[in-house]
Amino acid sequence: MTTLTMKVNGKTRTGDAEGRTLLVQFLRDELELTGTHVGCDTSQCGACVVHVNGKPVKSCTMFANEADGAEIVTIEGQAAEDGTLTAVQQAFQDHHGLQCGFCTPGMVMSATALLKENPKPTEADIRHYLEGNICRCTGYHNIIKAIYAASGQDVSSIAAE
Amino acid sequence: MYNFEFVKPGSVAEAVAALKDEEAQPLSGGQTLIPTMKQRLNMPGTLVSLTGIPELVGVSADGGTLTIGGATTHAQVAAEATAYPALAALAGNIGDPAVRNRGTIGGSLANNDPAACYPSAALASGATIVTNVREIAADDYFQGMFTTALDEGEIITGVKFPTPEKANYQKFEQPASRFALTGVFVAKYADGVRVAVTGASEEGVFRWTEAEAALSSNFSADAVDGLTASADGLIGDLHGTPEYRANLIKVLTKRAVAAAA
Amino acid sequence: MPKDGIGASTKRREDIRFLTGNGNYTDDINMHGQTYAHFLRSDIAHGKINNIDTSAASEMPGVLRIFTAADFEEKGGIPCGWQVTDRFGEVMQEPKHPILAEGKVRHVGDPIAVVVAESLEQARDAAEAIELDIEELEPVLNMKEAIKDGATKVHDDLTSNLCYDWGFVEENREAVDEAIKNAHHVTTLELVNNRLVANPMEPRVAVGDYNRSNDEFTLYTTSQNPHVIRLLMGAFVLNIPEHKLRVVAPDVGGGFGTKIFHYAEEAFVTWASKVLNRPVKWTSTRSEAFISDAHGRDHVTKIELALDENHMFTAVRTDTYANMGAYLSTFAPSIPTWLHGTLMAGNYTTPLVYVNVKAVFTNTTPVDAYRGAGRPEATFQLERVVDKAARELGVDPAELRRKNFIKPEQFPYDTPVAVTYDTGNYHATLDKALEMTDYAGFEARAAESKARGKLRGYGLAHFIEACGIAPSNLVGQLGARAGLYESATVRVNATGSISVMTGSHSHGQGHETTFAQVVAEMIGIPADQIDIVHGDTSKVPMGMGTYGSRSIAVGGSAMVRATEKIINKAKKIAAHLLEASEGDIELKDGQFTVAGTDKSLAWGEVTLAAYVPHNYPLESLEPGLEETAFYDPSNFTYPSGAYICEVEVDPDTGKVDILSFTTADDFGNIINPMVVEGQVHGGVAQGIGQAMLENVTYDENGQLLTGSFMDYAMPRASDLPMYSTDHSCQTPCTHNPLGVKGCGEAGAIGSPPAVVNAVIDALQRGGYNVDHIDMPVSPSRVWSAMQKG
Repeated sequence: MTTLTMKVNGKTRTGDAEGRTLLVQFLRDELELTGTHVGCDTSQCGACVVHVNGKPVKSCTMFANEADGAEIVTIEGQAAEDGTLTAVQQAFQDHHGLQCGFCTPGMVMSATALLKENPKPTEADIRHYLEGNICRCTGYHNIIKAIYAASGQDVSSIAAE
Repeated sequence: MYNFEFVKPGSVAEAVAALKDEEAQPLSGGQTLIPTMKQRLNMPGTLVSLTGIPELVGVSADGGTLTIGGATTHAQVAAEATAYPALAALAGNIGDPAVRNRGTIGGSLANNDPAACYPSAALASGATIVTNVREIAADDYFQGMFTTALDEGEIITGVKFPTPEKANYQKFEQPASRFALTGVFVAKYADGVRVAVTGASEEGVFRWTEAEAALSSNFSADAVDGLTASADGLIGDLHGTPEYRANLIKVLTKRAVAAAA
Repeated sequence: MPKDGIGASTKRREDIRFLTGNGNYTDDINMHGQTYAHFLRSDIAHGKINNIDTSAASEMPGVLRIFTAADFEEKGGIPCGWQVTDRFGEVMQEPKHPILAEGKVRHVGDPIAVVVAESLEQARDAAEAIELDIEELEPVLNMKEAIKDGATKVHDDLTSNLCYDWGFVEENREAVDEAIKNAHHVTTLELVNNRLVANPMEPRVAVGDYNRSNDEFTLYTTSQNPHVIRLLMGAFVLNIPEHKLRVVAPDVGGGFGTKIFHYAEEAFVTWASKVLNRPVKWTSTRSEAFISDAHGRDHVTKIELALDENHMFTAVRTDTYANMGAYLSTFAPSIPTWLHGTLMAGNYTTPLVYVNVKAVFTNTTPVDAYRGAGRPEATFQLERVVDKAARELGVDPAELRRKNFIKPEQFPYDTPVAVTYDTGNYHATLDKALEMTDYAGFEARAAESKARGKLRGYGLAHFIEACGIAPSNLVGQLGARAGLYESATVRVNATGSISVMTGSHSHGQGHETTFAQVVAEMIGIPADQIDIVHGDTSKVPMGMGTYGSRSIAVGGSAMVRATEKIINKAKKIAAHLLEASEGDIELKDGQFTVAGTDKSLAWGEVTLAAYVPHNYPLESLEPGLEETAFYDPSNFTYPSGAYICEVEVDPDTGKVDILSFTTADDFGNIINPMVVEGQVHGGVAQGIGQAMLENVTYDENGQLLTGSFMDYAMPRASDLPMYSTDHSCQTPCTHNPLGVKGCGEAGAIGSPPAVVNAVIDALQRGGYNVDHIDMPVSPSRVWSAMQKG
């Protein structure tokens, strides 16, 4: 066991990890941040996406030890203290971009990263960026709309309202 | 997965020392290794992380050569390999954004997955694989599926790509994994054209020499028209027959040439 | 109407917790003193268990106990909930489905032993130390071979691998044969309806917790129907009475059918928590899900469509082999029979239909309901054969359909396959879809594609489904071993706020929002004063759960009935308080008024009086305001719709791109259009997935080749288009109080034939002689077909 220290959602957190402990296990089991989900074991589905030092990574495919000293942001760190949703979160609700909610944390984290890299993505840009985030419920239509809307672009240009 | 000792050296020398242990393996992003370990198909006693070694990270261009540090992520190559746009584009289409933020060029080349993208770029570019002990020409480096010229404990510290006059990579994705069902990298240099194919062969990445000859004398998609890629030795699986992959090799070569020209 | 009443696209309240990481999924539940179960599963398809030696493994660090079949001798097997009677009047063959493999392993993934340990990794370590002596047997994989004389048997105690040979309608068999023999034209199509894995993004999880102080068990599980699990597991497997067994299905990350069924892992953790006197948790990995979640579809079918000289359909005959897998999953026998054969009239007036289904055991993972369940299989073969007939006869596929449609004035319509469609207007949905897709402009678009070297195709399918599965007395006659009603309790609090306890279960459908809209509409109070409670047998009356697009049609109706009881009682109270006759009391916008006067009382004043009955007709009315209703419908509902897909095929690679996908659905009345459209999007994506990407593949040894997302192709954002949806053609259901039909499965039912019809259209327009490609129409399959055509 090693004791790791990370800044998670702005707060310094410490916890114990084995060599094999994955970052997602550290977040869920050690820090009790269960918003980050595990939907596969082959690094495909993206339900586990968090930001490490500002970049999206799959927390199921990174050892917790690799994140020692890093800044981590998870889904729990998105909305403001008073509960105000971020633009991406609010757009997901406004456009019904989620159903069962299981892939949603990863989707929101990926979408947030996309808009940081590319503030005005096209529909094709969004679809391409979500290559590693699988949703089984929505057929993606409303997720695409939500992200497009969160970027401040006119959704009616890509889909009928 | 089985437990192991995690080591994060700060220099190549420390990493090499740590890898002297027979049970030690390098970890260079782990985007393939970690899923394999979850299935308990791999059992290192120690994992030596290479991603915290500053000298292994970076992209630099100098006098017709692009040098990429072994632990440079796909995302960084996509952003910084401006001297070799086809290579940057290839890197920007590996996996997905999250995978590109962890996976590294050294990790990909060391693993030599038969459906990975980077091996085709290295082979088509006549790149040089630089390790802590030697330099290996790409033509000597790839030795079949998941097999390379690397010795135990040898680390890829960098890759040197001669920058081509023109180049392009065309990937036809396997529908599930999104790895290359077949990918073709075409690179045109002053002394000739090289064509490398990934995803298609039982032997891993290979050069399509007939196409190279045809394209070296006439760099146009038409030059490939009369050729047929052989299906012998190509992979047949639930995503495509050997004949289908042979067809893709030709189609993608033509498209790569058209896009490059 | 309150702003969040029926018909409003109210935003979903449940989204807030999901968007902020505050959902409570089963794997988020961790109990004090929790232990971890790991299932050791067969890595071969068929084998005889000679010995299981757990002695060394039991000594491994952290191991609490290792269980094998010997530990379950006193327990029942996993029950099947539906008994089909074959065409000779005999009941189906029903093998035992043990919790852990007894004597034989019968599919890759069949559980052999369970290790419970202090940590999951310790359990996995110990599982590797279990010594197995299993003698490999020939696997049974091909259905047609499996039912030949002398074939290796999956279950040695059964007479063969044939579960049943079902004929429907058996009395029509000869008449159908005769009609086909004498037909002007017969179109024949042989096809495979590919096996799928549902793959909800949340893998299955089960946590068992036994409380020694009161002898009560609690099971937290990823289920679409916690009461069904309590019933099956309590009564048939573990012999625990209902009052000592609580089943909770908290936030569930998608179901799509595969979380209906009762699974061995649920029974195991529940029982083991008592044996070990500690909570036991099992979390499936995705790899485990691929071999242990019940699969869907897997039919091999020959269909013949007979037409007369006017191109009217005169008969349909089908011959289907339906794969059951190694054991009968909970509802497996009903899927290829009553949920499939009864839909073979489609939208058409075909007077004679005969459906033969042979259900076969094989050494594969069990097969059961997956979104649509039987109806996609029916729709696919019918809509493919109709399209093929149109091409053979050189007539427009839309016109051929229109000509044979049941006409709007013919409803209610008795089909020759036992069901009565109450309402519908297929001409309207077809016309709407044709208009939305600019059918007339297609040729110009095709020419434009051709100029770019691409082949463009236009594919149409029109479907009917039977939803809101019920009524109980009918399904009982058909072999169901359960009722198919739904329940609701409406509890009005003293201040007027309301909790609705519904037997329906939401795992993505948005009930917490949409069900509240219905009650808000009926009473006229804001929806945010109404909470929807579901998924806990200790809170909710006995309910049958969510599947078969039944939530709003059956569960919603139960809630309406209970709310009507509430309103009736509240009016009595209001009449007393207002000193008026009950018949003169009206409830509108949350106000009780006396007709023709200005006397009124607010909703909250009446509800307060119900709980503080100082001025109250106690002699004739009980205090309180809480009512329960059980609703058992008199018929299925019959949503229908026209789906159109436009594709472009790359002739060099065979790759198919979907350019547009258009739906015109008739769901009857609609509660929340936003949610309904979302359901259609998701269903269509799964249908496109079946048509183009997804395919469970076993090798000749019964090894699963598509055991992860690396080889089982899930639809991703880049594979799919924006969809154009319409639900303006509404013929409300005539027999439920809301006039609703259900919308959950339509997308997955109507879309596969639309996609394949479009691909065939593209290839034929391109001059290729290809009249069928089995799903998924992957690039390699399309390219290979083009080389032959």
